[in-house]
Amino acid sequence: MRLPRLLRGGPSVLGAAAILVVAVGMTLAPQLFTGRDPNAIVFIERLQPPSLVHPLGTDENGRDLWARVVYGARPTLTAAVALILISLAVGSLAGLVIGYAGRRADEVLMRVTEFFLAFPQIVWALAIASVIGRGLVVCVLALSLTWWAQYARLMRAQVLVYKEREFILASRALGQRAWWILLRHLLPNCFSPVLVKATIDVSLAILLLAALSFLGVGAQPPMPEWGAMVTIGRKYLLDYPWYATFPGLAIFVVVLAFNILGERVRDALDPASRIYVRS
Amino acid sequence: MRLILQRLPLLAILLAAISLAVFMLAQQLPGDPAFIAAGGGDATPEMIAHARERLGLDRPVWVRYLYYMRNALQGDFGRSMVNSRPVIEDIRKFWPASLELALAAIAISAVVGIPLGVASAVRAGRWLDRLITPGSVFLGSMPIFWLGLMAVLVFYRLLDLLPAGGRLSVSIAPPAAGTGLYLADSLLARDLPVFGDALRHLVLPASILSVISLAMITRVTRAAMLDILHEDYLRTARAKGVPESRVVLKHALRNASVPILTVVGLQLGQLIGGVVITETIFSWPGLGLYAVTAVENQDYPALMAFTLVTTVVYVLINLLVDLLYPLLNPQVRA
Repeated sequence: MRLPRLLRGGPSVLGAAAILVVAVGMTLAPQLFTGRDPNAIVFIERLQPPSLVHPLGTDENGRDLWARVVYGARPTLTAAVALILISLAVGSLAGLVIGYAGRRADEVLMRVTEFFLAFPQIVWALAIASVIGRGLVVCVLALSLTWWAQYARLMRAQVLVYKEREFILASRALGQRAWWILLRHLLPNCFSPVLVKATIDVSLAILLLAALSFLGVGAQPPMPEWGAMVTIGRKYLLDYPWYATFPGLAIFVVVLAFNILGERVRDALDPASRIYVRS
Repeated sequence: MRLILQRLPLLAILLAAISLAVFMLAQQLPGDPAFIAAGGGDATPEMIAHARERLGLDRPVWVRYLYYMRNALQGDFGRSMVNSRPVIEDIRKFWPASLELALAAIAISAVVGIPLGVASAVRAGRWLDRLITPGSVFLGSMPIFWLGLMAVLVFYRLLDLLPAGGRLSVSIAPPAAGTGLYLADSLLARDLPVFGDALRHLVLPASILSVISLAMITRVTRAAMLDILHEDYLRTARAKGVPESRVVLKHALRNASVPILTVVGLQLGQLIGGVVITETIFSWPGLGLYAVTAVENQDYPALMAFTLVTTVVYVLINLLVDLLYPLLNPQVRA
């Protein structure tokens, strides 16, 4: 059987795809992966090392770490995907309008996106979340406040290429309304590079949101979220090293899988960016 | 020079917009500052009204913003809500530690990344080159806070080689203040024990932080070198018998230096977020740890000042790289 072209690329790509299937499975149906309640407190079993009963050990409240890692996939992954989707929607619409609007508006709006790109993301998410309120939702919104600008710029560059093409000129000559041209003709033609970048950015979103949770402004306890688990595990690092190790390992493995597939997607769609020179 | 003048108005607008953003964020703070200033729970409505007038909170928003701008330009960010010290004093006290950490990290990633990039470009397709891309994907996938904790486990807990945190051992007094960078200060004072101790404390956090920029610097160096290695003037140099090492280092690397230096500069700005995380893990007493502590203590004046200062630094670094670019690359000079 021939594999889909995207999956050809050796064991690393297949492994990455398998990891993502598992991670998505954990997000949709965590109960398939563990019979335990991630929030069940069994105090006499606190801080147990990994064993047959508790494959990853237990935390400071005797909760099963494997169950918490499994249930932690949902907040971690949905928050990252939500961040990308929001930024993608806002950014590509803004980019469409910016690119199509003409020179004066283009100039002004580009300065606006430059302004949003001028913010160090972690610093601002930290400040916004601690003023408005902690939690994953606020962090997602705080990050998307600056994140969309990247997609807007990419989209604008695409629109500038396409808007002078014959089929756009033709629809303008036919007297079609601007919003129709934008959504029906320009968006489908300009979207794919933006979509590729967004796919690759999911791993970055996971890392940033986990970092914010680690810093204490993201997911709040007792929610099982990987970054937040590492924060608490850090207090027990020297005596109970497995606690901080496994949730962090989960982040690493999932991000690695996203990155490997992301590189593959980029190579498949844009041969020019291939790293190896085959001469 | 003309380029600088062109950029100045834009920079001014950008800085004003940034300060406006910080000001607007500070307006969202929970709690009525007049109520707090009047003494909290026991304050009568008259006392609160008086405090509001005294603090200028009865003025329109834009007047308050102008006051805020004036104060910020004079370095007055208010007083910390935790220790009542002026925030600017704390920032002055903590920023050299962050600078030392960031400079050490960027130095490590440049010293490791540039030779790696050159070597893999010269031997493109060979084993080292084939390791670079998977290696950078691998390292780039690690959450830096987790990597830092794992490094503490290995180098402190298991091997007992390096300290787990801080800038100096408790028993050692900091070197006489000069630059505030302990490595530089202890060298200036010719105090080798302090230098050694400071270096031992710096190695782990700086290496962890350098991971953020290492992959990027390596890949940009490699790409820049690959572009140049096929140029005619290199073939000419080889043809006239210039040794290969000299061809690579003098002729090629020199011409590849523009993109490399640009990425090194831009990565310095990118490090700011990483500095916050690294300082938290290694209890490194810099601005990042200061900010995270301010978040924990809800010390808003400190946090707002940190946000403003780091954003301005970030913008200035990016501007500086922009301005250096034509100096390094005469082709861009118009």
